[in-house]
Amino acid sequence: MSVDTPERTGPTGPTTQPLLTLRGIQKSFGAVHVLRGVDLDVRPGRVTALVGDNGAGKSTLIKGIAGIHPFDEGDYSFDGQPVKVHGPKDSNALGIEVVYQDLALCDNLDVVHNMFLGREITKGGLIDEDTMEKRARETLDGLSVRTLKSVRTHVSALSGGQRQTVAIARAVLWNSKVVILDEPTAALGVAQTEQVLKLVRRLADRGLGVVLISHNLNDVFEVADDIAILYLGAMVGQVETSDYTREQIVTAITTGQLPAKTGGAA
Amino acid sequence: MSTATDPTAAEKWHPEDESPRTFGALVSGYVDRLRGGDVGSLPAVLGLVTLVIVFSVLRPDTFPTAYNIGNLLGQSAGIVVLAMGLVFVLLLGEIDLGAGITGGVSAAAMGIVLSRHGWPTVPAILVGLLTGAVIGFFIGILVSRLGIPSFVVTLATYLGLQGVLLKQTGAGGTIPLQNDFIIKLNNGNLSVALGWVLAIVIIVGYVGGTFWSMRRRRSAGLTAESNLQWALKAITLTVIVLAVVTFLSAERGPHPNLKSIRGLPISLVLMIGLLLVLSFALSRTTWGRHVYAVGGNAEAARRAGINVAWIKLTCFVVASTIAAIAGILLASRTNSISPTTGGGTTLLYAVGAAVIGGTSLFGGKGRIIDALIGGIVIKIIDNGMGLLDQDQGTVWMVTGGVLLLAASVDAVSRRRASASGRV
Repeated sequence: MSVDTPERTGPTGPTTQPLLTLRGIQKSFGAVHVLRGVDLDVRPGRVTALVGDNGAGKSTLIKGIAGIHPFDEGDYSFDGQPVKVHGPKDSNALGIEVVYQDLALCDNLDVVHNMFLGREITKGGLIDEDTMEKRARETLDGLSVRTLKSVRTHVSALSGGQRQTVAIARAVLWNSKVVILDEPTAALGVAQTEQVLKLVRRLADRGLGVVLISHNLNDVFEVADDIAILYLGAMVGQVETSDYTREQIVTAITTGQLPAKTGGAA
Repeated sequence: MSTATDPTAAEKWHPEDESPRTFGALVSGYVDRLRGGDVGSLPAVLGLVTLVIVFSVLRPDTFPTAYNIGNLLGQSAGIVVLAMGLVFVLLLGEIDLGAGITGGVSAAAMGIVLSRHGWPTVPAILVGLLTGAVIGFFIGILVSRLGIPSFVVTLATYLGLQGVLLKQTGAGGTIPLQNDFIIKLNNGNLSVALGWVLAIVIIVGYVGGTFWSMRRRRSAGLTAESNLQWALKAITLTVIVLAVVTFLSAERGPHPNLKSIRGLPISLVLMIGLLLVLSFALSRTTWGRHVYAVGGNAEAARRAGINVAWIKLTCFVVASTIAAIAGILLASRTNSISPTTGGGTTLLYAVGAAVIGGTSLFGGKGRIIDALIGGIVIKIIDNGMGLLDQDQGTVWMVTGGVLLLAASVDAVSRRRASASGRV
């Protein structure tokens, strides 16, 4: 992970060198031009909220980052190096993990099995339950997860917030550097939303780059360090959260015009 | 846990990883699980015990005799093994309607090279198993690559393979089996001494193995059974194994001076062997874990990088190969292969066996032992009703009723499970 802290390198936002940089990203599905020259920076230790109305291209952008639908054009660099991402395996290898909205957990398996699904640790060709359980617990404890009573609970017995926790813990288990969360609080109650947002904050505090996709500006203003606003496939801007008010962000989302910043810390 | 001095111990918080240490806690934990809808194989075991008691009371002179129980195990073997194979496709939420006939065709292939071409035993058995594997590969390709529903594909194989079996046996004919080894598979018994050796190996292996893993996991601070849980399981297994071996080691022939019958039926040993091997494959290998994952949530499995099509294909191959073993056992029982070997109610009994044992037709839930318990339940009805001189009509009606009961228990527990958040 880069620890040198040079000048600001992205279009907006100070602090460290970005982990993940996108420049001039283009993506079309047939005649539909979904992404039109999008720029994005994801920095270690920061939560970047990705907001935009339905159809703005948020999902297409993260699917491109994950390699599910690779971009048509544009520069994709990671840790300062240009990279080619053609499939989910490529992005995983870089240390990028995506937590999808529908979580993709198997209800009939327990927490440990889900966290290692598809990447089971084996010893002599057999599943090494001991090591897996140990690492699963270390990860959960490292994230100060207090909501899971047993790592051997079946996922079907967990609440929505607990499932989200498992999905996020699975993403950080692999020494990932960038975690992308797609609407992690969409289906949660107030208390559970709070838990998950705290967890999101903790991920960033551990030095990961976090991308948070959300429709809920309360969530965004609670945890995000900066906000990237997509409007009809173009990036309106990536701005410091403290520089803007909620109303201004709403205006930017709905009109694609970013008002002058009201000032704050910066 | 012995990490009390560890400063980070306060950070760790998994209270329910502790196993119940007292008898009361154990019972209340189990009752909680039942209330939550996690019934496991309890209904099937209760059903088994009930049926044994009922038939023993109604026919005390014939039903509970060692002769009849030995017989019962032989009768069950075909269904039980077939159901063990079906568990693999049921776990995926798929079905193989042709599995019974697959067994028949495979046994017939073995019988043909054996009796008409004079092949030696082992290659002939391999021909039978290979026939099953090829049929499974064919079904698996159609289901996993072309995406045809398994119900339709195997409906076609059910019909088509019945035709193949008819051609193999010749119109109205049968393929006789004269091979001693194959006939013994589902008629012979292990020597008494060998039976005891096997029993001791199983007991020592289980008790020692679980004790060692319990200690290892506990010292590593992982979830582990309490001493009490371990002791109860070890004692239960030991008692059951010793009781079964003692019971079946006694002379049980109706005319001991003409023909002595004693020792564990070879069919029982085969069932136990398959139970151990297949359960191991499902619970300890990544392949087995992926089978459960695909059955539980295929999309999640795909996103986790699991090759879903490959898992489906291999499950059909495994199921059909095991169906071939079942077919050979069925043929061995009757010393011949006829156009009805593996036909009739065989497949439906096997599916029923898996469901009664607790395997779900919706996929993701099921174990190999379900097939063993459920298969014996189904065959006990057949056997006991036969001893009560009931006609086949009554037998089928009762069997249907038991299956419905099992399905109802499953549905009720499922509803409870979704209410309490378990599956």
